[in-house]
Amino acid sequence: MSAPDPIAILGVGMHPWGKWGKNFVTYGVAAIRAALADAGIDHTDVQFIAGADTVRNGYPGYVAGATFAQAMGWTGVPVTSTYGACASGTMAIEAARQRILAGLCDVALVVGADTTPKGFLAPNAGTRGDDPDWLRFRLLGATNPTYFALAARRRMDLYGATQDDFAAIKVKNARHGLENPNARYRKEYTAEEVMASPVVADPLRLLHICATSDGGAAMILTSMDWARSHGHVDPVTIRGVSTVTPTFPNTIIEMPNFASDSSAGVAPPARTFKASITHAAYEQSGIGPGEVDLAEVYDLSAALELDWYEDIGLCAEGEAEGLLRSGATAIGGRVPVNPSGGLACFGEAVPAQAIAQVCELTWQLRGEAGGRQVEGAQVGVTANQGLFGHGSSVLVAK
Amino acid sequence: MPAVDGWFTIDDEPHLIGTRCGDTGSIFFPPERNSSRAPGHLDATLTDVPLSTRGRLWSYTNAGYQPPAPFVPQSDPYIPFCIAAVELEAEQIVILGQCPAGVTVDDLKVGMAMELVIDTLDRTEDSELLMWKWQPLGWSAP
Repeated sequence: MSAPDPIAILGVGMHPWGKWGKNFVTYGVAAIRAALADAGIDHTDVQFIAGADTVRNGYPGYVAGATFAQAMGWTGVPVTSTYGACASGTMAIEAARQRILAGLCDVALVVGADTTPKGFLAPNAGTRGDDPDWLRFRLLGATNPTYFALAARRRMDLYGATQDDFAAIKVKNARHGLENPNARYRKEYTAEEVMASPVVADPLRLLHICATSDGGAAMILTSMDWARSHGHVDPVTIRGVSTVTPTFPNTIIEMPNFASDSSAGVAPPARTFKASITHAAYEQSGIGPGEVDLAEVYDLSAALELDWYEDIGLCAEGEAEGLLRSGATAIGGRVPVNPSGGLACFGEAVPAQAIAQVCELTWQLRGEAGGRQVEGAQVGVTANQGLFGHGSSVLVAK
Repeated sequence: MPAVDGWFTIDDEPHLIGTRCGDTGSIFFPPERNSSRAPGHLDATLTDVPLSTRGRLWSYTNAGYQPPAPFVPQSDPYIPFCIAAVELEAEQIVILGQCPAGVTVDDLKVGMAMELVIDTLDRTEDSELLMWKWQPLGWSAP
C-alpha cells in the first residue's frame, strides 16, 4: 500500500475556548467563518460538510453536519455527522479526506463545536443498567479522572514518575498557552501552586486535570489540484489519519470499562492500543517519529502527556520522565509538545478538540503561531483517544 | 440484593462470575453472554466460570470529590473512598472495584495482595444493595 495523496489544509479557524454560555452552533459558525476567511473562499464553494457531533446539546448535536449546513444556509451539499467521543473530530477529518481522495469533491468543510456543563462529565440521563458508561458511575463511582489517575499511579510505580513531573507538565503547558489567544486559561502556574491544589483522584490534583470547555474549531480541506489552481503553491497538508480501534486483548483498562480484556487465551498485541494509534498514521504516511518537529497530544491529565511521549515514539518506554526533565518538550526544545497550551489551557470541548489540534499544527507549520512559534517546524502529529476504543491521530507536513 | 444481576454471587463463598470462551480460554468480565469477543471465535461456546477472589493490586486511586449521579453518596458530608484495579493471575485480567469504607490510599501499594469482599453499595430504609469490593488481604476496618 503506497501512501495516500496529500490533501491541503487551506483554512483553519477557531472560536476561543471558555465558558461563554451560548449555543454550540454559535461557536461552530464563528469557527467556520474564520476558516473560510483563512482559505479565502465562500461557504457556497464548499462541496461537502463533515460535522463532529456533540451528545450534550440535544438532537442538533447528533446531526452536526446538517446543523451547520442549515446554519450557514442550505446549499444542497452532502453532509456527514461523526461521533467517536474525543476522537469525533478526527473521524470528521477522515470523512472529508476520503471524499476528496475518492475524487467525489474538491472542497470540504470540517467543523466541531460544543457547549459543556460544569464539573465532571456525567453519563446520559435515565436508568440504563446495560450501559457501561452509566454503570461505572452507579456501581463504582468511577469518573473520568478515576481512569486518568489509575494510569498516573501505574506510571509512578513502573517508571518512577513523580507528582512533581506531573506538575512540570502543567507549568510547561500553561507557559505555552500564555501566547495563545484561543486558549481559555492564560495564566502562568508554579509547581507549588499545582501541588497546593486539592486532590481530585490520587495522585492527581485539580491543576493536573483538564476542565471541560465551550469552543469550536473548523477547517477547509481541498485536493492538491484545487489548492494549486487557486494559487496555493505550498499549503500545509495532511499525510496520514488514524482512527484505529484496539486489538484484542486490550490489556489496559479503558474508560468506561470495568475490566481489561483477558490475555489468558490470546496473547496481547505487539503494541498497546495507545501506541498503535499514531503508529498507524506514521505507517500510512511513510513519515516516522524521528521526523516529527512538534506534537499536540491529549493531556486530559498532565500524567497522560508522559504516556503519549512514548506512545507517539518520541522516546522509548519508561523514558518520558527523562525527556520532560531534559526540556526537550518545551518550546525551544528538540520536539515541543502541546505548544498550543494543550488541554491544560483549553479544557476539553469534545467534538472540537481533535480539529483544534490540527488547527494548531497548521499555524505552526505556516510560521503563524506568534509568541508560541516552534521555529522551523515542518512535520507535526496529533494524538488523542476517545472512550469506547477510538484512536485519533493526524500527521501534518509542509 | 446484588446491585447488578449475574455479575457476582453473595453466597458463603462470594465470587465474580465471568464467562470463558470455549475455543481460546479467554475470560470475559463483566460476563459476556452474546458471543466470544476473541476475534474469529464468534461461534465459540461461552461458559460461566467463577473468578479468582484474590489478586495483585495493579493500580489504585480515590474519589476526592463526590462523583455525579447516578452515584449515590453514603454520607453527608461526602467521605472519599478508594477504587482499586486488581489483576487476577489465572484469568490474566484486571478488574475494578471500590474499596470498603475506611481503606485509604495510604493502605494501598501497587503489587500488594488483595481480596474480594461483599459490602454495601448503598442502603435505603427498605433495601440494601450489595457490591463486590477489593480490600488488602486480611484488612479489617480500623
